[in-house]
Amino acid sequence: MAKTILAVDDSASIRQMVAFTLKGAGYEVIQAVDGQDALDKANTHKVNLVLTDINMPRMDGLQLLELLRQLSHYKTIPILMLTTESGNEIKAKGRAAGATGWLVKPFDPKRLLEVIGKVIG
Amino acid sequence: MSTDLEQFYEIFFEESSELLADMETCLLRLDVNSPDLEDLNAIFRAAHSIKGGAGTFGFTDMTEMTHMLETLLDKLRKGELEVRSEMVDAFLRAGDIIKGQLAGHRGEGQADPAAAAAVCEELKRLSDETQVSAKENLVSNAKSELMPIEQEVGEIAEMATSSPAEVASGLTYCIEFSSAGINSAAMENLFANLQQLGRLEKVVSTDEKEFCKFKLTTSKSEEDIWETLAFVVDPAKLKIELDLPVRSEINASEAQTLISNVTATASSVGEAESAAANISSEPGYGFFPGAPAAPKNLDGSDLTENSLQPKSIDNGKNDDQAVSNKSSKKASAAAPASEASSIRVSIEKVDQMINLVGELVITQAMLAQTASQFDPVVFEKLHSGMNQLERNTRDLQESVMSIRMMPISFVFSRYPRVVRDLAAKLNKRVELKTVGENTELDKGLIEKIADPLTHLVRNSLDHGIEIPEKRVAAGKSAQGTITLRAFHQGGSIIIEVSDDGAGLNRGKILAKAKERGLPVHDGMTDQEVWLLIFEAGFSTAETVTDVSGRGVGMDVVKRNIQGMGGRIDIESALGVGTRISIRLPLTLAILDGLSVAVGDQMFIVPLNYIVESLQPTAADIKTVSGHGRVVQVRGEYLPVIALHEIFNLHPNVTAVHEGILVILEAEGYKAALFVDDLIGQHQVVIKSLESNYRRVQGVSGATIMGDGKVALILDTAALVMASQQEAV
Amino acid sequence: MPHEQSKIGTIAPSNSITSHLANEFLTFRLGEEEYGIEILKVQEIRGYDSITHIANAPEFIKGVVNLRGIIVPIIDMRIKFRLGNADYDQFTVVIILNVAGRVMGIVVDGVSDVISLGTDQMRPTPGFGSVIDTEYIMGLGTVDERMLILIDIEKLMSSSDMGLIEQSIN
Repeated sequence: MAKTILAVDDSASIRQMVAFTLKGAGYEVIQAVDGQDALDKANTHKVNLVLTDINMPRMDGLQLLELLRQLSHYKTIPILMLTTESGNEIKAKGRAAGATGWLVKPFDPKRLLEVIGKVIG
Repeated sequence: MSTDLEQFYEIFFEESSELLADMETCLLRLDVNSPDLEDLNAIFRAAHSIKGGAGTFGFTDMTEMTHMLETLLDKLRKGELEVRSEMVDAFLRAGDIIKGQLAGHRGEGQADPAAAAAVCEELKRLSDETQVSAKENLVSNAKSELMPIEQEVGEIAEMATSSPAEVASGLTYCIEFSSAGINSAAMENLFANLQQLGRLEKVVSTDEKEFCKFKLTTSKSEEDIWETLAFVVDPAKLKIELDLPVRSEINASEAQTLISNVTATASSVGEAESAAANISSEPGYGFFPGAPAAPKNLDGSDLTENSLQPKSIDNGKNDDQAVSNKSSKKASAAAPASEASSIRVSIEKVDQMINLVGELVITQAMLAQTASQFDPVVFEKLHSGMNQLERNTRDLQESVMSIRMMPISFVFSRYPRVVRDLAAKLNKRVELKTVGENTELDKGLIEKIADPLTHLVRNSLDHGIEIPEKRVAAGKSAQGTITLRAFHQGGSIIIEVSDDGAGLNRGKILAKAKERGLPVHDGMTDQEVWLLIFEAGFSTAETVTDVSGRGVGMDVVKRNIQGMGGRIDIESALGVGTRISIRLPLTLAILDGLSVAVGDQMFIVPLNYIVESLQPTAADIKTVSGHGRVVQVRGEYLPVIALHEIFNLHPNVTAVHEGILVILEAEGYKAALFVDDLIGQHQVVIKSLESNYRRVQGVSGATIMGDGKVALILDTAALVMASQQEAV
Repeated sequence: MPHEQSKIGTIAPSNSITSHLANEFLTFRLGEEEYGIEILKVQEIRGYDSITHIANAPEFIKGVVNLRGIIVPIIDMRIKFRLGNADYDQFTVVIILNVAGRVMGIVVDGVSDVISLGTDQMRPTPGFGSVIDTEYIMGLGTVDERMLILIDIEKLMSSSDMGLIEQSIN
């Protein structure tokens, strides 16, 4: 069965690009527009990986990370941060919140698949 | 796998345009003296989102500009710098530049790299200044203070490569362990190995036996240190933590989290072993060793990128926490989340739907006509079904039409900027008020109304509002007010532009009109006099400015508005102010019309031009030699437009008093349209004649009637104007 | 005939009749002559029904009709080319065309059939005149003993002669 990825980004263009790329590689993709939306969807879908932007309205990616890690199903699944901030500060926060890893924007579809491939194959 | 990113360009363009508009709205709303943190965050987020997209899609010019914006905004929202109005100006200019760049990428014009560079420079200067003033007490010279910013810029420029400075400096770890049971040779060996990792500094010397404490500054990760120590030291007695010299109490729990994370990594040391040795030069992503679901065979790059800088964590966390605490309540209250509750549909699809519903209305009307011939008692079910169908069809039509409706705020939102810029230019103080921004009208009209309205707003500001000294001298507040107001009235939307300025001067306008050779006389009503300002080439401005031009434009405003099926009214009082009202139909697609018959043909007369209909007596009709017929209506002599003559038709009646006169008013002139008969009032769907044919003189469009026949819609304004030319 | 044979040799390969492999044409009569138009340009064929006249239009533009919600102008080719009887009865047919992105209808004397013409059945535009200017003729087709005048309907309908489309002046 195809693995399901929850892609969270408030930018429609990035989100759709990500979804398009992932679907092309055979993944199922659920899209969410911000942390709150993602949290709602995470509760109602079985997800194998979460890919989230950090800076988003309503609920940012860090808050999402923390809240997701409190859900039993999300304790162990990979959660990747997608962020333009390549600085260590944000990475440290992400790590503290329970992120599995990070991917710096801008990225190309190839790198996205490479990273995803490393965590869920 | 190759992905054609171009397919996402359009989404990105639209999204960026919206973000820019949001950004501008927030900027204009921003009170420099007490900036709303939520606004600052929203502005930051907009710049940030655009940057992310621009980077992904390779629009580097936009990346640079948004990065500069983001840098300064980040300082503002973190409170490192105070908001000043010159920054808001710079942000607005930057927004304009990005708009230009966006248009350039869309293939709609050329971005100006020089202007972009200037704004970039300005933003940089502003964030640099901030840096200096915030750290004045450090008395370090400005040059060295500029370094971090340049570093940051460099980092963005080559985001894919890791910053060499970062690797060289590394992090400082505080390492503690018990040396009990370790022989001195092993200890020496251990220190030698640690020294290879970086700079080693002893904190607690050998005077305290069996306890070692030292600091290691290294570019290697915690895992490397663990790796080096774990062979010698009992892991249970080993403690490695980041050296966090300035941690405050607030951050204690945060520090604890970090420490526990680092400690947790001990279990994955073995797994990370192989990876730790090789440092990859291709970052851009990475994993946290030991984090849930992190891959087993980590690249070295992961660990390199993962080097943590304690100081920045500290500062960042502090400020950010403060920010989120303050703003969290507001954020949850506001939470518009427009995207989640709406979808994007192409306007063609909507129009197609509107057309189909239009067809449905016609079909329904045809069915109703047929059904009405059946006995309502015998065919009771048919009749009740038809009634139900009619109601449903009307409801459906209404809701479909509403899809095209948009709030006027789409237009109003651009004026705060216009007013702000212009007021500054003219040294006037003006407040812009908007009322009824949620009033809806057709998208097509929204697009068309923007330019005329801009002109009216500029005109009010330029010619209406006085300079502060004059206002004060006249006993008014130094700050003038321009009010934009929109509301529905019947089937129309009224948009008003009013100001509390000088008002129109009747004498001046009349004098000017005479000078221009316009046909005026002193007996004209005020309303007629005011409307003269919309005549071509008319301008009463004492000084010609580059703002509202040289009398060019107001006539264009009038033409545009009439072209949209609307009309203009002016009210004004000298010294008190002026109010210009634009009355527009709610939609371009539907028209309220009166159907009239001439011979076997039917025409639609738009209702908004009709004053009244009457059957004249023969005595009311006069023939003016060489100028055709006129009809006397309430003391006025109106030219008679005989539709059958204009359209070469065979009418059923040729004597005016046997037919019907429909009194029309357009552009301030009246005329009487002579037709055989009135048929009825309809709401008709406007169809273009030009899509398959050409423009026809005297006809503005066509529609399909209940019987499936095509009826032409009369171009009332053109007919009235033509009759005036004949009469003059 | 030898004269015509020599003409064939001079046809440029870009000529549209030689560039299409299989050409299907809808044939119709106008007066004494039989014409063909590319079937791809034909949207449908329908009867002549209630029409709304357009003021001050040329006589051959009969007016507009409602074709499922679209306003379509109707041109009577018989009037335009002064052929046949411009009578309208239940046998009058309108060919609805889709040319140059526009929909329009033409009234002709009668629609015959749809025929397929191979390249060998097509000849270049003859030197002699037909009622339609040679400028709008793609060539001639022969089927058994019949001769078809193949009209470049798109060119004809877009021409200023027809006045269907507003011509930008210079």
